[in-house]
Amino acid sequence: MKERELVIVGGGPAGMAAALAARASGVGDVLLLERDQHLGGILNQCIHPGFGLHHFKAELTGPEYAGRFADLVGRDRGIEVSLRSFAVGLNREKELSYLRPGALEEVKARSVILATGCRERTREMIPIPGSRPAGVYPAGLAQKMVNLEGWLPGREAVIVGSGDIGLIMARRLALEGVKVKAVIELQKVSRGLVRNVVQCLEDFGIPLYLRHRVSLIHGRDRVEKVDVVKVDEEFRDVPGSGFSIPCDTVLVSVGLIPENELLEMAGAEIDREKNTPVAPSVNLTSIPGVFACGNACKVYDLVDWVTRDSELAGRLAAEYLGLGKPPPARDASE
Amino acid sequence: MKRPMTCIACPQGCFMEVETDGSRLIGVSGHKCSRGAAYARQEIEAPVRTLTTSVLTRGLELKMLPVRSSKPIPKEKLFAAMDAVKLITVTSPVKAGAVVAADFLGLGVDLVACRELGSGLDS
Ligand SMILES: Cc1cc2nc3c(=O)[nH]c(=O)nc-3n(C[C@H](O)[C@H](O)[C@H](O)COP(=O)(O)OP(=O)(O)OC[C@H]3O[C@@H](n4cnc5c(N)ncnc54)[C@H](O)[C@@H]3O)c2cc1C
Ligand code: SF4
Repeated sequence: MKERELVIVGGGPAGMAAALAARASGVGDVLLLERDQHLGGILNQCIHPGFGLHHFKAELTGPEYAGRFADLVGRDRGIEVSLRSFAVGLNREKELSYLRPGALEEVKARSVILATGCRERTREMIPIPGSRPAGVYPAGLAQKMVNLEGWLPGREAVIVGSGDIGLIMARRLALEGVKVKAVIELQKVSRGLVRNVVQCLEDFGIPLYLRHRVSLIHGRDRVEKVDVVKVDEEFRDVPGSGFSIPCDTVLVSVGLIPENELLEMAGAEIDREKNTPVAPSVNLTSIPGVFACGNACKVYDLVDWVTRDSELAGRLAAEYLGLGKPPPARDASE
Repeated sequence: MKRPMTCIACPQGCFMEVETDGSRLIGVSGHKCSRGAAYARQEIEAPVRTLTTSVLTRGLELKMLPVRSSKPIPKEKLFAAMDAVKLITVTSPVKAGAVVAADFLGLGVDLVACRELGSGLDS
């Protein structure tokens, strides 16, 4: 089995930052695995501006932010990028297997960084009663359809959940000519940034119903309407407050959950509720030499902090390999 | 006339109070930095937004190319801009930052590519 100093799984902003930082700390040989055909992760579909204000002091779109790192990674001879490579197995001995077109590869790593990101919570995880017609999508999946595939999920949409992804998608659909009829939020404030409430909803006259919930989705083959009801402080339905909104599409934006199957396979301790590694500090796992960073470690709102913390993961891996800190300046002058 | 306004120039989202005479800014408070005051003036006098969207491609490695306006455009032109974007098809490989449409809608801003996109031949 081939040996590598460091194998990183996931080529999003976390994996790329970790790879570059590990290299800067002296790791000679990095293998970066990404299942997609491009680096960049979820940023490829986040085409709106709002990334990099801290790290680059400029407001970039997701692809622009990812592109700056992909360029650096591409130019670094010590990082081998393997695209269309899906990691499917990991054990305590840090033996990793991955599928790439036409082959199942195996590699023994001296250290591993898992940067596999998040997946979306689905309607099934937040029960909304009603039939199961077509037209109900997780908001991030809809983002991918519209921004990468170029097709619209429907003509009249209701968005459930007012996190940033839901807000950003409300604007995106409105710009594309979809009638966005409402954003429904259970809590009494939006979970997203206020600037997104302003520039994504108010700019387009989209109503935000706080302290409301979707009580029923109607429709046989395709969504026809949703029932909405107001809730009180204890989240009980307020009698007589119900109303219906006709629509053919419902986007569900109810949060993200870290993707940590590989870590689980390797037998590391996992927090069952949050699906995150159990460890004394950020980026560590219960297995020495196996690190986690970015959205796989905890759900981040801002990619700038993903970059910052993932750089630390790269340095931790270097330290674990006995490399770590560069020699102090006086050594160099001797 | 005084009214509340949220600064959207950065994720802080400061709650400001602006005073106007209907079309011009007279006073502003609540902003944590000078960009807030500049935003308030712009928003009262001529609100602008950066347009980000994606355009159709043909023969390239992805079906859609993400693009942005090189500078913010008047808010009331957003939908006209979207209509014009739908008429564009990109057919040759681009680098990030390449101009996809120059002087877009005569607004003095360019539509630029947000990523590199190669030809679809190798995939
Ligand atoms: C739908 C969605 C929308 C978002 N919108 C915003 C936003 O608007 N603004 C913002 O600041 N943040 C947003 N975020 C948060 C954003 O995810 C983080 O800021 C950042 O992109 C996380 O980076 P990451 O590298 O940890 O994860 P990701 O970007 O998700 O990258 C993980 C990478 O790992 C790869 N991968 C996963 N498993 C494997 C495997 N087994 N083998 C090989 N490769 C694998 C994936 O293909 C992916 O490329 C959004 C997140 C999601 C899910
Ligand atoms: S006033 Fe300054 S700090 Fe506050 S939101 Fe605007 S730009 Fe950000």
